Amino acid sequence: MSVPRYWRMIPYLHRLVASYCENCSKYYYPPREICPRCRNKDLKNVDINGEGKLLTFTVIRSPPADFESLSPYIMGLVEVDGKIRVIARIVDVEPEELRIGMSLEPTVRRYRVNGKDGIIQYGIAFRPLYNNNT
Amino acid sequence: MKPKNDVGILGYGAYIPLYRIRAEEIGKVWGKSSSFPIIEKAVAGIDEDVITISAEAAKYALKRADISPSELGAILIGTESKPYAVKPSSTVLASIINSSNKILSADYEFACKAGTEAFQSSIGLVSSGMVNYALAIGADTAQGRPNDNLEYTAASGGAAYIFSSFNRSDMIARIEYSYSYVSDTPDFWRRQGEKYPRHTGRFTGEPAYFHHIISSVKGILEESGYSLNDFDYCVFHQPNTKFPLRVAKKLGIPREKIEPGLLSPIIGNTYAGAVPLGLAAVLDIAEPESRILVSSFGSGAGSDSFIISVLDSIESKRNLAPTVQQLIQRKKYITYSLYAKYRDKISM
Amino acid sequence: MSVFIRGISALKVGEHWNRSLRSLGAEAGINALEDASLSTVDAIYVGNMCAPYLQAQSHIGALIADYMGLSGVPAVHVEAACASGGAALHEACKAVLSGEYNNVLCIGVEKLSDMPTSQVSSSLASADDRVFSADLGMTFVGLNALLHRLYMHHFQVPPEKIAELAVLSHAHALNNPYAQYHLKLTVENVMSSPLIADPIHLLECAAISDGAAAVVLSREKGDIKVIASTMSSDYLSLHERTDLLSFSATQRAVMQAYKQANLSPKDIHIVEVHDAFTIMGVISLEDMGFAKRGEAAELIEAGYFNLNGELPINTLGGLKARGHPVGATGIYQVVDLVKQLRGDAGVNQIDNAIYGLAQNVGGIGGTVTIHILEGRC
Repeated sequence: MSVPRYWRMIPYLHRLVASYCENCSKYYYPPREICPRCRNKDLKNVDINGEGKLLTFTVIRSPPADFESLSPYIMGLVEVDGKIRVIARIVDVEPEELRIGMSLEPTVRRYRVNGKDGIIQYGIAFRPLYNNNT
Repeated sequence: MKPKNDVGILGYGAYIPLYRIRAEEIGKVWGKSSSFPIIEKAVAGIDEDVITISAEAAKYALKRADISPSELGAILIGTESKPYAVKPSSTVLASIINSSNKILSADYEFACKAGTEAFQSSIGLVSSGMVNYALAIGADTAQGRPNDNLEYTAASGGAAYIFSSFNRSDMIARIEYSYSYVSDTPDFWRRQGEKYPRHTGRFTGEPAYFHHIISSVKGILEESGYSLNDFDYCVFHQPNTKFPLRVAKKLGIPREKIEPGLLSPIIGNTYAGAVPLGLAAVLDIAEPESRILVSSFGSGAGSDSFIISVLDSIESKRNLAPTVQQLIQRKKYITYSLYAKYRDKISM
Repeated sequence: MSVFIRGISALKVGEHWNRSLRSLGAEAGINALEDASLSTVDAIYVGNMCAPYLQAQSHIGALIADYMGLSGVPAVHVEAACASGGAALHEACKAVLSGEYNNVLCIGVEKLSDMPTSQVSSSLASADDRVFSADLGMTFVGLNALLHRLYMHHFQVPPEKIAELAVLSHAHALNNPYAQYHLKLTVENVMSSPLIADPIHLLECAAISDGAAAVVLSREKGDIKVIASTMSSDYLSLHERTDLLSFSATQRAVMQAYKQANLSPKDIHIVEVHDAFTIMGVISLEDMGFAKRGEAAELIEAGYFNLNGELPINTLGGLKARGHPVGATGIYQVVDLVKQLRGDAGVNQIDNAIYGLAQNVGGIGGTVTIHILEGRC
């Protein structure tokens, strides 16, 4: 775990900020410096908001180091606003309640706590829609 | 205290975590089966904390306020369960909501009145013209010592408020007066490095909670010239069900005026989030031109009081984000074992 | 100019508590040299994934050369996650084809058992995007599980059918004395083993292990010719993939390989497919043209890929049962093919096998190498 490495990515982890290529009208996440399709180097940072669609998911029962206390937890591949895909934790729901294709909304959660005295890393997780006034 | 230039609430937002544990579920573990101080309380998920709760509440407040986060001039978070002892929660929140770098940000501590502390400062910053919009949050994920009375009530939740001066026509409410009354009364405290607080049992009643709230209320009534009949709703700090009802009775306030803002029986004591959430619940239903008396209590000890009058725009704004009742209804019960896991009571 | 395989060696895959990384690698290298009747080589390529993370050891090329007693020989570490072995072999082939080197040693070595499982898991997750996947709590099994669930949903294939690949691999390992596991499995065994990352069960995953294997490549004519060596890469993680249920790197590498070898899928007699997870093996068979999309599991269940089937795969146990010492696997696959083509496969010998294909996958398809070998007629 590197503090500078996490810090550098904070804008892209606390909010979903994609790299947008105006030539191709394509959004890329994780962010990048050059468009893989047209080699355009002038990509713009764009905030992606909106609903998520659950493409697929799994329940992690054999966690990596530092995630032991969270186990078991749900990880999913979520398509956001039809523009990008993210690998994210799915929260406030049981695995049995999940369906491929269901709508989700973003929320910020603690992703990783580095021991008793390390920093706390935050990121975007997804949960089922509230379905009221949101 | 009366702000020199008009200050109002432009937006507010609430957040209550999904999970609930019934008091009787906690009682089963410790051998208690009756006279619980509340029915059930809200429990933060294992990956939630004051920063994540603040983020949720702030996003809803921004929705109702209809401003861009970059317009905020101050972000103030009041809590007694800061994720870091040293590192401001407010800068992390600023990053999450994408405010500008040019803000005044701070974390406040004054036990359960840390949230209203943030209100007081926001009111001062806005009315002085130093900032246009200030975001003040009261939120907590306070810990209850296992097998202590407070384990039944210590809960998680919070609410956010955006204060602004009257250059906007869509203000939700006006802050007419505020007041603060403090004394060195050590009724409840937590030393550096300790996981759980200590409290003094019955001493937390008369000399602490009741004395400070009553003094603060009397003070604001004297300064403002209002009497208790002038209020349609009263929101008091609510560590349990009995205290707010009793202080209302002592002051001669009818029960119906307390009930809309009394949430602790079903969500527990959200500490610095308690009064902000109670006020949000009232704003969710109050009619324009109604007047609200708010009085918080923080151990150590002190009480902030506010006189707030509701304006027309509340009607069009309250449904732009989840109401407190909607958040209360969104719930899932958990067992003590899951509660212990989520609230980090298991030594690993 | 052509490349021939002149010597091979492979250690039994397992938990080698008494052996170090350098000791395993050096032994495999020395044994391969002996098999090739050589005392030295012109260059050494070492495939390994996890040593810098788990052993805190870099500079493995020089390390292994040193401990083989071959200091002075140019040596380099090649890394492409679980395709490190295949990638090292690809580099070694190019080295010979370039004309610069006559004999080249290619070693795959991996030592995973020294650290606790959670650390190994974290190390293996670095085959995926560290910042936007691994550090968010995703594991390598988890990534495969995402595909496993989506595959079942999309093609309406039940989990039991996919589990058949593990049954096949274990059946094929029973008569391989060098395999990690000699354990007959049924679908029931697999499905009742604990879930690691839903829907993947423990017995659908190749186990954590240590191992080392080596091949000697030569310009000098011999019995086993490398008629194709290709490599392709894909987006590292899943975010930008157009088709989540196939690895385009496999498709590109295999098309190029068939072209190099002037062959088509139906000409291949034996295949080493990368079955680190049952779903990865299933998708790989389809990507290589050995089954139609969504139908590989059906064919596995029907026995099409058994030793006595139409197209035997993983004839000595594959990753699941012979073993998967991650960075070394690509070399193990080629060694197993050579054993078949030399007629040294013992009970599991496939008669009349001339063309063998090995597919080695790195990460979740970020790198794929394909090698096609031609044995004596």
